Amino acid sequence: MTVLPHPPRHTLSLVVENRPGVLARVSSCLARRGFNIHSLAVGPTIDPGLSRITVVVESEKIEQVKKQLHKLINVIRIFELEPSMAVERETMLIRVAAIGNARSEAIEVANIFKATVVDVGYNSLTFEVTGRPAKLNDLIELLRPFGVVELVKSGRIAIGRAAKSKPSRMRAVG
Amino acid sequence: MLASRKPTTMTTITGSQSVISSLEHEGVDLIFGIPGGAILPAYDPLYSSPIRHILARHEQGAGHMAAGYAWATGRVGVCVATSGPGATNLVTPLADALMDSVPMVAITGQVPTHAVGNDAFQEAYTVGITMPTTKHNYFVTDPDEIPTVIRQAFHLASSGRPGPVLVDLPKDVLNQETEWYPPQDLELPGYKPTLDGHPRRVKEAVEMLAASRRPVLYVGGGIIKSEASEALTRFAEITNIPVVTTLMGRGAIPDSHPLCLGMPGMHGNYTAITSMQKCDVLAAFGVRFDDRVTGDPNHFAVDAKIIHADVDPAEIGKVRTADIPIVADARRVLTQMIKAWGDRPPVANQEWWETIREWQTKYPLSYDQQPDGPIKPQFVIDELARVTGGDAILVAGVGQHQMWASQFWNFDRPRRWINSGGLGTMGFAVPAAIGAKAGMPDELVYAVDGDGCFQMTFQELIAAAAHQIPVKVAVFNNGAHGMVKQWQKLFYGGRLSASLLNSEVVDYVKLAEGMGCIGLRAEAPEEVGPTLEKSLTIDDRPVVVEMVVDPDEMVFPMVPAGGSNDNVILGPEPGD
Repeated sequence: MTVLPHPPRHTLSLVVENRPGVLARVSSCLARRGFNIHSLAVGPTIDPGLSRITVVVESEKIEQVKKQLHKLINVIRIFELEPSMAVERETMLIRVAAIGNARSEAIEVANIFKATVVDVGYNSLTFEVTGRPAKLNDLIELLRPFGVVELVKSGRIAIGRAAKSKPSRMRAVG
Repeated sequence: MLASRKPTTMTTITGSQSVISSLEHEGVDLIFGIPGGAILPAYDPLYSSPIRHILARHEQGAGHMAAGYAWATGRVGVCVATSGPGATNLVTPLADALMDSVPMVAITGQVPTHAVGNDAFQEAYTVGITMPTTKHNYFVTDPDEIPTVIRQAFHLASSGRPGPVLVDLPKDVLNQETEWYPPQDLELPGYKPTLDGHPRRVKEAVEMLAASRRPVLYVGGGIIKSEASEALTRFAEITNIPVVTTLMGRGAIPDSHPLCLGMPGMHGNYTAITSMQKCDVLAAFGVRFDDRVTGDPNHFAVDAKIIHADVDPAEIGKVRTADIPIVADARRVLTQMIKAWGDRPPVANQEWWETIREWQTKYPLSYDQQPDGPIKPQFVIDELARVTGGDAILVAGVGQHQMWASQFWNFDRPRRWINSGGLGTMGFAVPAAIGAKAGMPDELVYAVDGDGCFQMTFQELIAAAAHQIPVKVAVFNNGAHGMVKQWQKLFYGGRLSASLLNSEVVDYVKLAEGMGCIGLRAEAPEEVGPTLEKSLTIDDRPVVVEMVVDPDEMVFPMVPAGGSNDNVILGPEPGD
């Protein structure tokens, strides 16, 4: 299978009203405008009335993506998280074929990536690993020779990096 | 969550009564709809409400009627349909209203909440289906939410960039007991339209225009929606800048005004198109650089700096990068611009005006009506203007007739031209005219329609006759989907694939009479004026005037789809 080049990826963090159908509105808006979703993760925030959607969009026109999403009535705020200015994480569950000596070899590779064994089968091992998306891809490549039986990714989540020095003027945190 | 805002002192009613009370609270005087199983409860309190209900013959008709009403009155149009097919039939008018930013609220019935998702009789996923065709929509599960939801729906429909909002109401929610309360808090944290232009941007825009030599004001539907005509005309006058009015913005400044150059775009006039192509500053207000205006965007107004003001931030930079973007309501930003212009002299654009006047003289819109030849459709528009004195709300469908109407009618005020622009919905004219006439009963409402369009929605004239809404419809009978035929003649080697309507099958006079209307017909040029005059004497029922027009007439000027606006096809010379 040839992998086609994709438009640049952008991580958007959306604060939305926690109501039925909001996720459908967001994904429908992106689909209707022809913007491809690379990954999407959704969950509640500390405020039960609000949810957070982290969506990685492939688009040459990210400003247009943000503006169209902003038009959704239930979308309250949108942040674009530049990779250098954000902590990005993804969790992966990966099951590899491993029997006999292969087991310890796979575990050795996994250890380097701080992946932990979460399930052991007759002829397989399942690892859980969390990290930057690039790290996960590296681990996949290294485990590929063992034979990847199944792979599940959570979708990327991200949070902007906090200020490293005391701000000149204190401001209420909203 | 919403229900917690409700005071506790109200009397108990049903969800249905709450809906009707909410509509009354919004000042709704007229709604368009069709009853059916799931929405039946809501029709019961309507029976004793002062709100007038027009029984459309198809839900599409109800939707376009609401749009016509909204265009003509400036108020929110309301349509009602039942679940399933009733709601799906509303999809076209909703999509149409979204494209043309028409303030509309649609109320739909839904199967009871316990049946939702079970493929119940007349169940459709209305909220899902209409998600991309509305500005917003609601699925109501608690009757206590009704007053707040309806208030939000009207607020969303009519504010910011207007558009359609749908409220889906399951039958059990309509039947449950609840209390009506005057809604207090809008609770829309994600919706705060920016209305005032940023002062620095406004100042920059004024300075850019003041320094320009070949400026053009490019204005559209946003001027009409925000009631900005007066401010626009004033700004154009103090700056002496020419104005082009898009299909949706016709009448934003009177066509008779010396600063108005008329309509640009695919079938615009040469001067309007070319002035945009050659300008050095293009100041756009309430427009969206639609492909029917710009042609190939890479060849559109290539030397121009762009000032783009729109209430919808997503329109700015969508097609063309703006040098000065201004997110604002058109009326407010134009008022700011007038103030910021102050006592500056008008723009030094005398040479520009000389060039423009030369184009106007050299390339006027024209047609050739021979006294013994077939009726030219453009001649019908001219005759209609003559016999009415231009004092009418003109409504059109989509296609050749729409372009001729926009080209040849002199629009003197906003809200006097109603048509389907963005979606290009054939069949729009008849129901939209009925809605306009119902909302403005003292105005003459004249629809011009193509025979192809007319055959899509003419049954709504039965509703017009039944409700004594005396609209008039001039049907341009050229026996074809005329614009399709025109493209086939120009771009498909004249192979008229499925574009002919077999007009010999239809007798429009009998058809009109069969629907409780008066039918008239003109077949020769000398009959056009008298027939139209006769139509004006009938005011107790709708009138259908069949105009048997030249089947070979084409709309010019024309910029072929996707082509550059530098290459305007002017059409045949008179006498060719």
